[in-house]
Amino acid sequence: MIEPAPAALAGLRVVELAHERIAFAGKLLADMGACVIVVEPPRGAAGRWLPPFVNDEVDPERSLNWWHYNTSKLGVTLDIDDERGRDALRKLVATADFFIESEDPGRLAALSLAPGDLEEVKPDLITISMTPFGSSGPRCDEPATDLTILAGGGPAWMCGYDDHTLPPVRGGGNQGYHTGCHFAVMSGLTALLVRDATGVGQHIDVNMHAAANVTTEAGSYAWLVSGDTMQRQTGRHASSGATMESQIQCRDGRYANTGVPPRQPKEFAAVAGWVRALGLEEEFPEVFLLEMGGQREFIDLTMIGKDEEVTAIFGAGRDAMNLIASKLPAYEFFAQGQERGIPLGVIYSPEEVMSDPHFEDRGFPVVVDHEELGEVVYPGAPYKFGETPWRIQRRAPRLGEHNAVVLRDLGLDEREIADLAGTAPGTEPAAR
Amino acid sequence: MSSKALSHVRICDFTGQLAGAGATRTLAAFGAEVIRVEDPVRQGRWDILRGTGPFKDDRRGIEYSGSFNNTNVEKKGITLNLRTERGRELLSELVKVSDVVSENFAAGVMERLGFGYEALKAIKPDIIYVSNCGFGHTGPYRKWKTWGPIVQAVSGLTFTSGLPDEPPAGWGYSYMDHTGGYYMTIAILMALVHKSRTGEGQWVDMSCTEAGASLNGPAVLDFTVNGRKLRRPGSPNSNRNEWPAMAPHGIYPSRGDDRWIAIACRSDDEWAKLAGLIDRDWSRAPHLAELAGRRDHEDELDALVASFTRLHEEFDLAERIRKLGIPATAVQRPGERIDGDPNTSAWGLWPTVEHSAMGEVRVDGLPVHLSKTDWSIERGAPCLGEHNDEVLGGLLGVSASELEALRDEGVI
Repeated sequence: MIEPAPAALAGLRVVELAHERIAFAGKLLADMGACVIVVEPPRGAAGRWLPPFVNDEVDPERSLNWWHYNTSKLGVTLDIDDERGRDALRKLVATADFFIESEDPGRLAALSLAPGDLEEVKPDLITISMTPFGSSGPRCDEPATDLTILAGGGPAWMCGYDDHTLPPVRGGGNQGYHTGCHFAVMSGLTALLVRDATGVGQHIDVNMHAAANVTTEAGSYAWLVSGDTMQRQTGRHASSGATMESQIQCRDGRYANTGVPPRQPKEFAAVAGWVRALGLEEEFPEVFLLEMGGQREFIDLTMIGKDEEVTAIFGAGRDAMNLIASKLPAYEFFAQGQERGIPLGVIYSPEEVMSDPHFEDRGFPVVVDHEELGEVVYPGAPYKFGETPWRIQRRAPRLGEHNAVVLRDLGLDEREIADLAGTAPGTEPAAR
Repeated sequence: MSSKALSHVRICDFTGQLAGAGATRTLAAFGAEVIRVEDPVRQGRWDILRGTGPFKDDRRGIEYSGSFNNTNVEKKGITLNLRTERGRELLSELVKVSDVVSENFAAGVMERLGFGYEALKAIKPDIIYVSNCGFGHTGPYRKWKTWGPIVQAVSGLTFTSGLPDEPPAGWGYSYMDHTGGYYMTIAILMALVHKSRTGEGQWVDMSCTEAGASLNGPAVLDFTVNGRKLRRPGSPNSNRNEWPAMAPHGIYPSRGDDRWIAIACRSDDEWAKLAGLIDRDWSRAPHLAELAGRRDHEDELDALVASFTRLHEEFDLAERIRKLGIPATAVQRPGERIDGDPNTSAWGLWPTVEHSAMGEVRVDGLPVHLSKTDWSIERGAPCLGEHNDEVLGGLLGVSASELEALRDEGVI
């Protein structure tokens, strides 16, 4: 058997209190080699009841949502509403480097599991609390979901359509949770480097609404700098004034993003060459304008609308891209354009990415073994580390799967472990 | 603790735009010494943010960009002309005393400059080198180029943002420039952790489209396990929620022009409370009492909810709904969430920096607070070559007279 490559976070031990908001942070750490132990109530975490399910059969062991967000983790069950469960959790935390959680503010303090309480059992512990509005402050007790975080925090205002009778749009896929988790991991690793250097642990308060607020690009800084309010537009950046469309329907009905329209001489030359290669010069006699653009040394974009020739060249570039798109399927438009040095993007659905030749060549789809189903294909590495590769160590844990091995290491005997496990796994649905 | 979290880390930084410069921004806010290396010949304009708006006042030019400033707070800036031998020598000297080299050029540019990973490793054996480009350094698309919206398109994120029977809405900003930057920050930090334990450096090859594609997990598994595609009639509708199912769940019109409220009803109990607040015959209709019924009639339900919400001012209505324990919020405009939201102001989310040319400017802060080594953002982005004397003179020991000569010769 080949020894797996060393892992960047080998030896790092993380206790994660299961919550759908924070699960992604644990995955980011676990897939880089940390030993992440996700702690669920005996009846199972709410995340196990999140669709979609394998063959749509509602079952706590068949949630694909749980599977995705809990790869590489170990799973134990403890009832923290019971003092024996809390005792065991304290013992577990005493062995850990990180404790990460996303309970509503105040819940853990009421159970004597606040960061200060845990610091007593592990003085150099790094605790991460991620909540919708931070663990204290004027809005900390408000209810929230991914939708309301992205709608109140700025992203939704920026997204939608030219037609403002249509509502602003929340981007899909729980990105509000993801952004919070990215900041949880960035700040947690920063605290880890501090601890490596000084031996000192600390508490990190992550505010998801604030994370959304600082993830809107010009949405925030245009207001901060010049008091401008960006306005949403179809398939392109929100802007304080209308900008040209950059999303186009191709011959197969699918869409592509045309990126920035041709601006440089070499780009006009490239588009001219493309028009001719497709035999479109009769249908597009303005190809001569593209060639004029291609022969110029420099095109001053500030002269659009002022200089007749520059305006005509620029317009021809846009028109040519639209014409070519109408002649090609979206993937061909993307691939041919990129081969000619023109940055374009096919608009894939998530499943289509998985069979793209480039993603396949780089090994993005990865196979994870599930005993009962065989091999399942998952989305792979967000980064390629040369020496310490990202790797899904194992499928997500079954309910209580690692109780024996993890809890026995804490010095608990078989009876105590069985006692703590409480309700038999999966016998009743978790309350949502 | 007096020193900042990462004050022991030095980064030789070639990044630009948000996708790269956003990554080292976070590290700089935590105290890393981030030294931006820019080209004096092109006046740093490889980074298109240098010189582009928004502008604070009437002044224009490479030192007045609000976007560049926001993305490069707390960094130092030097200029090196890498076409010259002395410029390359000085870069080597800088690499020798750095922990990390970061860049987001197109694949192959660092190699052409003579500072690919093998060359960097020859200069500093334990160097951490993190590159971030659209498609990574291997594979058939490695030479293809991207901007944020193209990354979002190819990674599946544009598709998943939209309403049925409409084209994709996509993201009205470069979500993947932000998020690619976050992954780059995480990559640098993880590589630093590994180095602090083993002494070993490495190259992290980031493909921003892969980072984006990793954010669609459940949708991908629904296809690879169940064969169900997200591209199907009526899908996606990203203002609704399938996983878990909630209804009503969406963004509804409120009183006024382009005013909206978001509501997420998580349970039948929450719906019963909201139905009581709405207080119409339809809201008490038995076929809407349970989730399954509301999902079966979701178009009808959304139209009815909208008929109610459009009569009300969104901030007031959202507060009344939240008092029932139901998530709701106004769709906040920039001014409302920046200057009118107690959560962001109490957090200290919008610090003011001092920029050498622009003066005082407000910028994005960080959405985290660390109890012992918190971030701080006080200094604006560096002007072109602003720290040449400090870094080349102070850190690398170049004499004042040579610095003068290097300026004259166009090396810096």
